[in-house]
Amino acid sequence: MSIYADHAATTAMSEAAIEAMTRCMREYYGNPSSLYRIGQQAKEVLEQAREDIASVIHAESREIYFTSGGSEADNQAIRSAALAGKKKGKNHIISTAFEHHAVLHTLEQLKTEGFEVTLLDVHENGVIRPEEVEAALRPETCLVTVMYANNEIGTIQPIREIGAVCRAHQVLFHTDAVQAVGPLSIDVQAENIDYLSASSHKFHGPKGVGFLYARKGVPLLPLINGGAQEKGKRAGTENLPGIVGMAAALKETVAERDAEAVRLTGLRDRLIAGLKEIPHSALNGDAEKRLPGNVSFCFEGIEGESLLLLLDEKGISASSGSACTSGSLDPSHVLLAIGRVHDVAHGSLRLTLGRENTPEDVEYIISAVKDVVSYLRGFSPVWRDLQSGKTPFIL
Amino acid sequence: MALYSEKVMDHFLHPRNVGVIEDANAIGEVGNAKCGDIMKMYLKIKDDIVEDVKFETFGCGSAIASSSMATEMIKGKPLSEVRTLTNKAVTEALDGLPAHKIHCSVLAEEAIKSALEDYENRKNAGNQ
Ligand SMILES: Cc1ncc(COP(=O)(O)O)c(C=O)c1O
Repeated sequence: MSIYADHAATTAMSEAAIEAMTRCMREYYGNPSSLYRIGQQAKEVLEQAREDIASVIHAESREIYFTSGGSEADNQAIRSAALAGKKKGKNHIISTAFEHHAVLHTLEQLKTEGFEVTLLDVHENGVIRPEEVEAALRPETCLVTVMYANNEIGTIQPIREIGAVCRAHQVLFHTDAVQAVGPLSIDVQAENIDYLSASSHKFHGPKGVGFLYARKGVPLLPLINGGAQEKGKRAGTENLPGIVGMAAALKETVAERDAEAVRLTGLRDRLIAGLKEIPHSALNGDAEKRLPGNVSFCFEGIEGESLLLLLDEKGISASSGSACTSGSLDPSHVLLAIGRVHDVAHGSLRLTLGRENTPEDVEYIISAVKDVVSYLRGFSPVWRDLQSGKTPFIL
Repeated sequence: MALYSEKVMDHFLHPRNVGVIEDANAIGEVGNAKCGDIMKMYLKIKDDIVEDVKFETFGCGSAIASSSMATEMIKGKPLSEVRTLTNKAVTEALDGLPAHKIHCSVLAEEAIKSALEDYENRKNAGNQ
């Protein structure tokens, strides 16, 4: 038995992407910056990928910049907007408490450079409120950055409403859409998005490649200086096989998106219902405003790493926000941000379903998790104290 | 490469001496749920020998493996020997732990020390 249920971490490569990449490596080895034919053929392939990707999010191809992944796109968007703001005397940025570290650590860095950062409350359901974005705006706000969907608890944010607020106040708006591009339909025009980050390996493309959408006219500074690739905004010979693989994977994902969303939502809700039968457990994040494949739970009285290892023994690949899996002493900042106390956050489990998962997988996961949780509770001193009434249950 | 040594995985998957001793005369509990690790050791000491030992642990794989290994290392041993058990010895017996998991073996040592302290306290209380 082998069930991969960690699609938020990364996804298996699409066959179509592998084929497109192999072909690209064989046939289009030229440097897209070279003027002879094989260089120009490579350039054509590059521009076709850009066009394919742009159309998926309703952008123009000249608004797409290829990067090494989601992290780089996040860094570049945020730095660009921040430094442009600073030149105009604007040094305030609004974001949320549960962004990915690619965003949070960039903001931490900017704080040391004189920026002020407001992190919005994400509430118990893990969904921010557009009116709170509006209330946090100041005359010196230069950027609002809010993720499209959270990578741990899967909650989808009201991006369109936030985009409208930002547009009305003429503040730049970035969204880390790394978990959303692929499973969700996105329209950067209608949603008033100025910058959007995406990463190929989350939608069955290769790792180490992604893109940044930057609306024409918005500030954009290179993080990497050198040649004139990507209109001078990202130097270095393009990762053509990676870019081509990303475009192929995205096209395939989008073609099956609507049907897949319905299928995965069904599997997700069955999994949630099954895990809810475990006493003293709770779903993390809003039950409806969440990614089709995301299931995130806390189980009281157990610790997440041992849960993961035992699930791995049963052939299930999953993840957790426990401290032991993060390599730090604190559990996931996302779980803390939605108000889970440390004791409970340590007992978290994230199962993210995707393309290969079946209804049988879900039934197997439910029974495996039930077994493992009750086994671990069987010799947990925390569970003993909860059971005997020495300490009160939280969930 | 695996996250843990085979020894760690063996003790994690098949922990020795799991459970509770109802008539234990030495109980030690260390750690806290906030940090993600709690270990509880139950010892039955007779004639200065650890006749039986059991543990309960809330924690990661290496915390469970460290508890299990530590109980094996003290079972049937005289207190003079049990007192000298170090976290280093537990770690070595497990063929090593990842650097950020060494604290799990420290907890195992502390849980035993805490149980021995409890034993001394009970003895002193009994003598009064
Ligand atoms: C929300 C979010 N942002 C950014 C990233 C980073 O993407 P990448 O691994 O491509 O740098 C990830 C992936 O882990 C993510 O989930």
